[in-house]
Amino acid sequence: MGALFVRELRLALRVGGGALIGVLFFLAVITVIPFGVGPDLNLLALIGPAVLWIGALLATLLGLDRLFQADRDDGSLDLMLMAGRPLELLVLVKCLAHWAGTGLPLVLSAPVLSIFLNLEPLAIGAVTLTLLVGTPALTLIGAVGAALTVSLRRGGLLLAVLVVPFSIPVLIFGVSASGAAVTEPTPFMTPFLFLCALTLISGVVGPVASAMALRFSSD
Amino acid sequence: MAIIDLANPTRFLTFSGRLLPWLVGACVVAFAVGLYLTFFVAPDDYQQGATIKIMYLHVPAAWLAMMCYSIMAVSSLGTLIWKHPLADVSAKAAAPIGAAFTLISLITGSLWGKPMWGTYWVWDARLTSVLVLFIMYLGLIALWRTIEDPIRAGKAAAVLTLVGAINLPIIKFSVDWWNTLHQPASVIRLDGPTIHASILWPLLVMAGAFTLLFLILHLMAMRNEVLRRRLRTLQLQAASARVGVATPQAAE
Repeated sequence: MGALFVRELRLALRVGGGALIGVLFFLAVITVIPFGVGPDLNLLALIGPAVLWIGALLATLLGLDRLFQADRDDGSLDLMLMAGRPLELLVLVKCLAHWAGTGLPLVLSAPVLSIFLNLEPLAIGAVTLTLLVGTPALTLIGAVGAALTVSLRRGGLLLAVLVVPFSIPVLIFGVSASGAAVTEPTPFMTPFLFLCALTLISGVVGPVASAMALRFSSD
Repeated sequence: MAIIDLANPTRFLTFSGRLLPWLVGACVVAFAVGLYLTFFVAPDDYQQGATIKIMYLHVPAAWLAMMCYSIMAVSSLGTLIWKHPLADVSAKAAAPIGAAFTLISLITGSLWGKPMWGTYWVWDARLTSVLVLFIMYLGLIALWRTIEDPIRAGKAAAVLTLVGAINLPIIKFSVDWWNTLHQPASVIRLDGPTIHASILWPLLVMAGAFTLLFLILHLMAMRNEVLRRRLRTLQLQAASARVGVATPQAAE
């Protein structure tokens, strides 16, 4: 399992620009927003957490189709299916490595990008913390979509359509938690704990459902 | 005839063929009674006036939007656990019908919302979760269309349907958990319905009529799907016979 994690992480970091391409896309999304809504710094500070979350969601969706596709193309997915290890565990390890390769750079770049959006230091901390807790959920939910569309030739677009409805609760609680940290009367902990719960639930549902989908796609 | 005998598609075709005329008759009667009650018996609301008539279309459509997804979820269990040959046919046939009912409930809801709330759309918990349900229906239909082999498509869609079933309780209880613009549950409650009998009865009759309509559409769509699969098998056999392949591809 450790070896698999290291292998996946190396692949995620090295293939085609790897982690940087996701961060670059994230930067592009953030850059486009002020052109769309106007360079009003107060407005940007208001919608900043939401913009960062949507950017992270889009950047996650962008990289998801690589999660199982490459392994299926070179046959290593079939080896993993026949390895005799629990497939759910393999999927979980793959998801974690994929997140460490693509999701974690997004989280790390979020504080820098939030300066562009004129966020307060407290809000920067809150957004980064919610992204740290929430982006694994996005990857784990996305794994189900990636497993379902693995055998399709151009599954990337379909994957995004399938995954977006399921990622809405994560987005809701992520944005409301980071917004609550800035506006005083609403508590931060309640939506934040909901976000943690969502990540834990998707840690169970995601690997089980994607393992099931992978088994069906192979036979 | 036991329910298990229906697992044979041919028996299903004859049985549903015999059942359909009766269902159509019952549905026509139910709609006649329901529409009569709606337009001539049920009183106008003292505040909302005649716009309350939209409710008799809106509420049954919303109920069916959720019931249809529940049927798909149960069918998906049938596909994955018991490998019932008709389960994925049922789920596939139900998806477009469910999407249509969801769309009807969204449209009638916004038409009702304009005079009542002053807006066609708010990002309220119930409205948003129903919109998510609509997107999930469309996603499922897209998944079915993109995977060519119907057996594999059925299994993939079944996994997604079950994951999406988490949304159902969220829709049902969204009006109780979050205090938003949409009114809370008033018919199915532990302490009994809170609306007056003169409105409740027409609503229940209309709900029954809609359910019958759904059953008819579902059975007809399932029959079409069974026939379409037979056609596909025959075409595959014909194609493989023409090029002289010894083993026919279709093992359905």
